[in-house]
Amino acid sequence: MTPTTPVGLHRALDAIWRAPRGIAALSAVNHSVVGRRFIITAFIYFAIGGVLAMLIRAQLARPENPFLGADAYNQIFTMHGTVMMFLFAIPLIEGVALYLLPKILGARDLAYPRLSAFGYWCYLFGGTIILVAMVMGVAPDSGWFMYTPLASSTYTPGINADVWLLGITFVEISAVCAAVEIVVTVLKVRTAGMALSRMPLMAWYLLVTAAMMLIAFPPLILGSVLLEMERAFNWPFFDPERGGAPLLWQHLFWLFGHPEVYIIFLPAAGAVSTLIPVFARTRIVGYAWIVAAIIALAFLSFGLWVHHMFATGIPHLSLAFFSAASMLVAVPTAVQVFAWIATLMRGRPQMSLPMLYLMGFFSVFILGGLTGVMLALVPFNWQAHDTHFVVAHLHYVLIGGFVFPMLAATYYWLPLMTGRLPVFSVSKAAFWLIFLGFHGTFLIMHFTGLMGMPRRIFTYESGLGWDLPNLISSIGGFVMAAGFALFVIDIVLQTRFGRRFRRNPWGGTGLDWAMPTPAPSYNFASLPLVTGRDPLEDNVRLGADIAAGKGYLAGAPRGEMETLCVDMATGEPEHVLLLPKNDYTPFWMAAGLAVFFTAFLLSAYWVAPLGLVIATAFGWRWLWSLGAKSDPALIDAGQGLRLPVHFAVPSVPTLLGLKYFLAANAAFYGSLLFGFLFLWTTAAGWPPQFLNASPVLIAGIAISLAAAAIFATLARRSNSREANGARMIWLAGSLAASLAGLGLLMGLAIMDAPPPDTHAYAAITMAIIGYVILHTLLGVMFAAYTLARCRAGFVSSLRSTDMRGTAIWQLYTAITGIGGLALIILAPGGLA
Amino acid sequence: MDGVAGQRNAAVKVVISRVSGGGIVEYLGLGRVGLRHLALPLLLAPALAGCEGALSALDPAGPAAQSIAGVWWVMLTGSLVILAAMMGLVLWPFFKRHRPVEVPEKLWLWVGALGFPLIVLAALLAWGLPSGQSMLADRDGQVYTVEAQAAQWEWTFGYPDTEEVTQGVLHIPAGEPVDIAITSADVIHGFWVPRLAGKIDAIPGTTNTLRIFAPEPGIYEGMCAEFCGLEHATMRFSVVAHPQDEYENVLTAELNAEARP
Repeated sequence: MTPTTPVGLHRALDAIWRAPRGIAALSAVNHSVVGRRFIITAFIYFAIGGVLAMLIRAQLARPENPFLGADAYNQIFTMHGTVMMFLFAIPLIEGVALYLLPKILGARDLAYPRLSAFGYWCYLFGGTIILVAMVMGVAPDSGWFMYTPLASSTYTPGINADVWLLGITFVEISAVCAAVEIVVTVLKVRTAGMALSRMPLMAWYLLVTAAMMLIAFPPLILGSVLLEMERAFNWPFFDPERGGAPLLWQHLFWLFGHPEVYIIFLPAAGAVSTLIPVFARTRIVGYAWIVAAIIALAFLSFGLWVHHMFATGIPHLSLAFFSAASMLVAVPTAVQVFAWIATLMRGRPQMSLPMLYLMGFFSVFILGGLTGVMLALVPFNWQAHDTHFVVAHLHYVLIGGFVFPMLAATYYWLPLMTGRLPVFSVSKAAFWLIFLGFHGTFLIMHFTGLMGMPRRIFTYESGLGWDLPNLISSIGGFVMAAGFALFVIDIVLQTRFGRRFRRNPWGGTGLDWAMPTPAPSYNFASLPLVTGRDPLEDNVRLGADIAAGKGYLAGAPRGEMETLCVDMATGEPEHVLLLPKNDYTPFWMAAGLAVFFTAFLLSAYWVAPLGLVIATAFGWRWLWSLGAKSDPALIDAGQGLRLPVHFAVPSVPTLLGLKYFLAANAAFYGSLLFGFLFLWTTAAGWPPQFLNASPVLIAGIAISLAAAAIFATLARRSNSREANGARMIWLAGSLAASLAGLGLLMGLAIMDAPPPDTHAYAAITMAIIGYVILHTLLGVMFAAYTLARCRAGFVSSLRSTDMRGTAIWQLYTAITGIGGLALIILAPGGLA
Repeated sequence: MDGVAGQRNAAVKVVISRVSGGGIVEYLGLGRVGLRHLALPLLLAPALAGCEGALSALDPAGPAAQSIAGVWWVMLTGSLVILAAMMGLVLWPFFKRHRPVEVPEKLWLWVGALGFPLIVLAALLAWGLPSGQSMLADRDGQVYTVEAQAAQWEWTFGYPDTEEVTQGVLHIPAGEPVDIAITSADVIHGFWVPRLAGKIDAIPGTTNTLRIFAPEPGIYEGMCAEFCGLEHATMRFSVVAHPQDEYENVLTAELNAEARP
C-alpha cells in the first residue's frame, strides 16, 4: 500500500535514504553525508592552517627571534599556504556545493553520488599523506607555489617536495570529480520547471565555478606530474642545463593559480548574492547582470596569470597587456558589488548575524580588490611583488572574499543541518574579534611590505622599521585566532543548545527552505513544479505541499532512489534518474590510489602499479554496476507524467559527465602541448637530438587510432539499428585497432624516441607519447568492457550508454593522439 | 654567516669614508618625474616620516623608486576615498532614516558598475604605467653595464673589462644610469634595491636586465626577493654609488682587495 500522508511518505523515503551507521558509514554516498564530511574535514584543516599561521606570527613578532629555525619556518609557511588553499578553501567549496546543490535545485541527490564519495576519500587520503609528512618533519618547504629549480631534486633532495606533488595531485582528483559532478548536476538534475533563467543565483555561481575548475586544475596536475617525473626519473623539463625552462613551471602553476582565486571567490559571492536579498527582504537587483558578470569573470580570469610573473623579465609590451587585463577583471566584480548595494537600497535590510559577517566581507574585500588593482599596475608591482604587501593583499582577498562570506553562509545554512538557531551574543563577539584581529594583522602589513620586508623570511634584523608593524600584526593575528576559536565554540553551542524552530527561520525564498529542518535524508518527499525564481514566495504553502506528496515522484513506491532529470535550458522533465544505493566501491578505489601514491612517494616503484590495478578493478566494477539487463518500463512520475529511466535515454548524465571529464582532460593535454611549444621557443639550439620517427610507424599509429574511432562509431550505429551481430564485429575491430595502435606506439617510444633523461625535448616528446599510450590502453579496456557488456546483455538500442561512451573515448583518443603526433613530427627533428 | 656580514660591514665602513667627501650630483630624475609626485607626499608628510628605512620603497633615493612611491601615495588616497564611498553606500540602507528606494537598475549598473571602474582604471593605467619606464634597459644600448649573479645564498658582481668580482657589494657610479645584467647559478632569486628601483628575478639560464640610477653617492641596501631556500632571509647585498670621478679608482681598489684572500 503506497502511503499518502506526509508522515507515511517520510517513513517510506527515510527507510531507503537513511545514512548507514557504524562501519557501513564508509559506504555512504548521499550528498548530505558526503557534503557534511567535506565541510567538517575542511574546517579541521582550517584550524590546522590557523595554528601554522600563529606559529608564523609568533616567529615574526620580534626581530631575530630564536623561536623557529629557517628549516622549520620554511616548512610551516609552505604548509600554511598549501593547507589553506588545497585542503581548506577548495574542499570547503566542494562540500558546500555538494551539500547545497540538490537542496536548492529541488533534487534528492547529485548526478553521481558515488563520484563525490570517491572524491571525498581522495581528499581525505591525500590530505592525510601531507599531514603525516608534516608531523614527521618532512613537510614541503619550497613555498606553496613550488618554484623550480628550487623544488627540483638538486636543491630539494628529500621527499618534502614529492609529498606536495603527489599529495596535492591526489587531492586535485577530488576537485576534478567535484567539478564534473557540479556541472552535470546543475545542468541536468533539477526539479520540474526550473529553467536556466529561474535557477537560484547560487547555482549559476557554482556552475561557472565548476566549469572553471575543469579547465584550471589540469595545468596544475600536469605541472605536478612533470615535476614529479623530473624528480623521480630525471626527466629534465625544468632544468636549464638540459634544455628545460624554470619558467614553464610558473606558467603552468599560475595558469591554475590565478583562476583558482576566482574559483574560491565565486561560490562565496554566490552566498552573498543569496543572503543579501533575504536579509533585505527584497529580490536581487540585476539577476541577468550578475550572471553575465560571473561568466565574464570566468573568461577574464584565464587571461591574467602572467600578473603573478611581472618580475620575471617578460617583455614590457605583454606586461602592459596583462596589466590592463588584470584591471579589467575589477569590472565584473564591480557589477556584482553595485547590484548588491542596489538590492540593499531597495529593501529594508536588518543587521542580523549573517548580515554582520557580510558587512565584514564588504569592507575587507573592497580593500583587497583595490590593492589588487594597485598590484596590477606593473611598475608598482615591481616594488610590491614578493613583499608583505602581497601577503596583506592576498589575505584581504581570500579572507574578505571567501572566509567572511563562508562564515555568513555557515550561520545562514547551519539551521538547515541542525534545526537550531544561533546563540546570538557569542557569535557577535566572535565576529568582532575576527574582524578587528584581521585588520590588526593585515592592514599594517601593507606598509611592512612597502618598507621592504619580503615574504618568506624567517627572521629580520632590528632597525629597518619593521619591528613595530610586525608586533602589531602578531597581536592582531592572535586576536583573530581567538575569534575563530569563539566561532567554533559558538557552532558547537548552536548545534547542541540552539533554539529550535519549525521552518525557514530567515524567510528565504528558495527550495532549500521548503523542506523540514533538520533537512531529511531524501530532501523532498515529492519534487515541486517551479514557476519562478522564488518558489517559496510564489507559493507560501509549498513546503507543506511537497511534504504531502503534491509533486513529482512522491514517496518511494518502487523502492528506488529517484530524482528528476530535466532539459538543460527549459527545465522540462526528461527522465528519471535512479540513484545508487550505498556502496563501498568509491572507498576501495580511492584506497587503491592511496596505495599507488604512497608507494610512489616512498620510491617503491614496483608496488605502485599494484595500487593502480586495485583502483582499475574497482573502477571496472563500478561501471559494471550501471544500467540493467532489460529495457526498463516508463515510470509514473505523478501529475500524469510518465518518464523513461535515465540509462534508457541518449541524454543520460553519464555521457554528459564523460564529455566534461574529457574537456578537463583536453585542458591537461593542451597544457602539455603548450609545454612542448614553450620549451621549443625558449630553448637555444632546439632540438639537440632527433626523434627520427619512421614515417611508416607514424602512419601506422594514425591509421590504427582513426580505425579504432571509426569502428567504435560504426558499432554504435549498428547497435542503434539493433544489428547485434555487426555491432560485435565492429567493436572487436575497434579493440584490435586499439591494440595495434598500442603496439606501434610502444615501438615508437622504445625504438625511435631518444632517452627522456637526456634533454627536455626528449622528455616532453616522451610525455606526449606516454599520454597517447595511456589513452590507447584505456581505449582497449573500454572496447573490451563494452564487448563484455554486450555479451552479458546490458546493451540494447535503448540502453546504449556503453556503446556511446566507447565511441566518444575512441574519438577523443584518435583526435588527441593524431594531433600530438602531428605536432611532434612537424616540429624540427621529428621525422627521420 | 657572521663572516659574510662582517665582510659587508667592513666594506661599508671603507666606502662611507670614501664617499663622504664626494660632491652632490644633480638630481636629474626630479625634473622628469614632475610635480604630480610631490603634491601628495606633502599632504601625507606625517605618514612619510615613518617610512624611512634602509630597505624602504617609500623612502626613495632614485627616480624609478621615487616615481613609483608617488604612484603609491596617489593610489592609496584614491583607494581610501573609494572605500569610504562604497562603505557609505553599503551601510546607508541600515540607518533608520533610510527608506527603500528603487534604484534605476540600468542607469545604476551602466554608470556605477561599468562606467565608473572603466574610467578610473583607464586613467590609472595611462598615468601609472609609464612610471616604471626608467627601469627598462631597452631605450639606448650605450650604458655602463655590470653583471649580478645570484647563487645560494650570495650575490657576485662582475664589471666590464675585468675577470675580478666583488661579493655582497655592488659598486656603481652615481649620477648615471647603470644596467644590471642579472642571472642565477642555481635556483631563482630576485634582485631588489627598494630605494632605487623595482625588483627583477634572477633566473638560471636567462639574463634579465634592470636599469638603476642613483643620483647621489651613498649606500643602498638590497636583498634577494624571491624565496630561494634555507638562507633566503639573510641573502642581502649593498649597492654603493660612488662619485663619477672617483669610481674607476675605487672599483680597482675594491677588486684588488677582493682578489687578495
